[in-house]
Amino acid sequence: MTRGRLLWPLVALGALIVLNIAVEPSFVELRIQDGHLFGSMVDILRNGAPTLLIAVGMTLVIATRGIDLSVGAVAAIAGAIACTYISGGGNAATAVLLALSVCVLLGLWNGFLVSVLGIQPIIATLVLMTAGRGGAMLLTEGQIVTVKDPLYRQIGSGFLVLPIAILISLAVLTAVALITRRTALGMLIEAVGINPKAGELAGVRSRTIIWTVYVFAGLCAGVAGLMISSNVNAADANNAGLWIEMDAILAVVIGGTSLAGGRYSLAGTMLGALVIQTLTTTVYTIGVPTNVTLIFKAVVVIAVCLLQSPRTTRMLRARRKTAVPTSRSQEVAAG
Amino acid sequence: MTDSSAPTGTPVVEMRDISVEFPGVKALSGVDFRLLPGEVHALMGENGAGKSTLIKALTGVHPPTTGVIHLHGEPIAFDAPGQAQDAGISTVYQEVNLLPNLSVAENILLGREPRRLGHIDGRAMRARAKELLTRVGLSIDPGSLLGSHPIAVQQLVAIARALVVDARVLVLDEPTSSLDADEVAELFRIVRVLRDDGVAILFVSHFLDQVYEIADRMTVLRNGSLVGEYLPSEMNHIELVAAMLGRELGVLEEVQRRSEARAPGTAPLLTAVALGRTGAIAPVDLEIHAGEVVGLAGLLGSGRTELARMLFGADRAHTGTLTFDGREHRPRGPRAMIAQGVAFCSEDRKAEGVVADLSIRDNLVLALQAARGWARPIPRRTSDALVREYIEKLDIRPADPDAIMSTLSGGNQQKVLLARWLVTKPRLLILDEPTRGIDIGAKAHIQKVVADLAGEGMAVLFISAELEEVVRVSDRVVVLRDRHKVAELTGQDVSVDKIMSVIAAPSDNHTAAVAS
Repeated sequence: MTRGRLLWPLVALGALIVLNIAVEPSFVELRIQDGHLFGSMVDILRNGAPTLLIAVGMTLVIATRGIDLSVGAVAAIAGAIACTYISGGGNAATAVLLALSVCVLLGLWNGFLVSVLGIQPIIATLVLMTAGRGGAMLLTEGQIVTVKDPLYRQIGSGFLVLPIAILISLAVLTAVALITRRTALGMLIEAVGINPKAGELAGVRSRTIIWTVYVFAGLCAGVAGLMISSNVNAADANNAGLWIEMDAILAVVIGGTSLAGGRYSLAGTMLGALVIQTLTTTVYTIGVPTNVTLIFKAVVVIAVCLLQSPRTTRMLRARRKTAVPTSRSQEVAAG
Repeated sequence: MTDSSAPTGTPVVEMRDISVEFPGVKALSGVDFRLLPGEVHALMGENGAGKSTLIKALTGVHPPTTGVIHLHGEPIAFDAPGQAQDAGISTVYQEVNLLPNLSVAENILLGREPRRLGHIDGRAMRARAKELLTRVGLSIDPGSLLGSHPIAVQQLVAIARALVVDARVLVLDEPTSSLDADEVAELFRIVRVLRDDGVAILFVSHFLDQVYEIADRMTVLRNGSLVGEYLPSEMNHIELVAAMLGRELGVLEEVQRRSEARAPGTAPLLTAVALGRTGAIAPVDLEIHAGEVVGLAGLLGSGRTELARMLFGADRAHTGTLTFDGREHRPRGPRAMIAQGVAFCSEDRKAEGVVADLSIRDNLVLALQAARGWARPIPRRTSDALVREYIEKLDIRPADPDAIMSTLSGGNQQKVLLARWLVTKPRLLILDEPTRGIDIGAKAHIQKVVADLAGEGMAVLFISAELEEVVRVSDRVVVLRDRHKVAELTGQDVSVDKIMSVIAAPSDNHTAAVAS
């Protein structure tokens, strides 16, 4: 079943890559310079790292039937805190710790509103989505705070063969996959997402689980915010992480995790994030005029979502069924 | 197939040689079925016999793979439930399929709202809803939220909804499983009125007495095939059950021959003193001993579920004390009592038990895993062994640990939920309506499991609306009325007649218990 759901995002990714190669053959070129890997595809990985990281946190939140709209604002706050601190003469390591601690607190706040007060997630996190960016503006006094710190720079633009940013995101993704699937956490998260009442009566600590995923989402957003600001050596409270929550949600949905909660797929989320970032890059590569960029993006996203919808799957299956009558039972057995 | 009685009139619905296949499963094979105008036709069979599938084939939810359906002599093929409804076939499903966050009136008239100048006419809608509610004997406010009413009332609202269209065929899929005796009588009164108007009624119920009370004709299915069509007068209870099960009645009798009341242990396992919750249940004194089955009887809304939830810690008690195994507890949630070895199977399987998209395996180990904490997963080998053991022990079908829970029939889901608690090795098992809406085979099986567990020393609190069942499994019966404990029956007093007389004692106000 997972395989079936991931088919179309894979096709979309492949199609986008082919399109890029057709327009710009150097797209696939990779070269090594000073022990660093360079090339368009490496750029996609580096620029997509924050979206991927936020999407990982978002996946768990969505699996519990929730959503976190505040991640973009939290990312902006993280950057603002780190840069303000560094520009005031502080060292980078402390700045990072400080910024991430605040993000954990913000995650605690979101989790408190959702799990303890029982406010609907979309409303609870909307609070911080609006207020958070305002907070970041206050911190930076409405200015773009620039920093020159070689260590801080590494987060967003450093390389260990591959960009450090994507290594961080992949490490977090792998760790989350291992922790949730090797322990019972993943199953409990899904149970809470599918039927919270049943989970509660079976003794699952639903409240703690829900609270935790929002804290984790806040932390992911914080790290992503550091990547974004480190990449440009500046904190831009207005634009850092702007609309990134939408990209992250899209990545999760394209990856086959239902917004209704329950079964989630981290592999799908990774694929979704790659599709989104490749799409953004493609817009520049093939020279889509700026004024239709968003529309182009929307068309691709809706195409993928349509192809994934159960109705389309059924229709395609009905066609295939005449040719291969056993395909249906096989898929069910695999699911 | 006995068909001695010549049918009167031509069938409204005639289904011939109907087969329905799902991936890997043949749910129905070559079934014939007919429905005459002005009759109540009972469709009988175990869970998984194909009753629901046949209904879904008729109502267009799952069009048949092969076979033909005639309605008023014309061949029909519905692709969607809406088409069947437009053609005059209305259905009330087993589990209430309404929208709890809309008003009663909106639920009844959903999709058929009266309009004025393109807008929904709220006043006309409420008036129309009121009229339909009156037809099903309900006097609730049509503007109130559906979710604020008990399940029994919601079920009657579902029937009111089925009456919106001028139904010539009314399908009632276990409409009585959530109703108490008074409400069933009221429902049957309405069913008879509709029948006398010429409506053909297809009735599914697991309560044999009800079938004999209301049905004019019966069709029995087993394992997706037709067993036969019968008149109730041709077949007694035992023969009917034998036709449904296709085997002799050893299991049923075995439970009935259950040993006499076990001697309770010396100290009670659970003691409640004046335990109560404002607005839910008046202070109750209760003792439960290890190895004992205590039945909890009373009408719907008498406080059975409320008492059970309070003992389990799902709802907090406002007064009194709860002592379990010699220690006093003030549970703030289920976890505290689960840790003590208390288990609770909710009456609302769909909303509070089943985790639909997860596998049998995950559903089965959920409580055990929750108790261990997330960081200590149950090793795959252990869970495999547990799941296999209980699939076999409780005869769960399909016997595939990775089958998704939502694809199971109600009876099998219930068995998985029972197993979810049995694997935690509880000392007190609270079962709230464990056999509601499941077939007689699974029911007998669950009753037998309860008796065996008590024999092994487990304490069981058994709640059921079906008094025969309470009497059959219980050593002692606590009777509730209007949210008060009114009697505790032991020994010879544990009988249906006695319980009924206690429940009915001040007959002037017992109907108040229904309108909770």
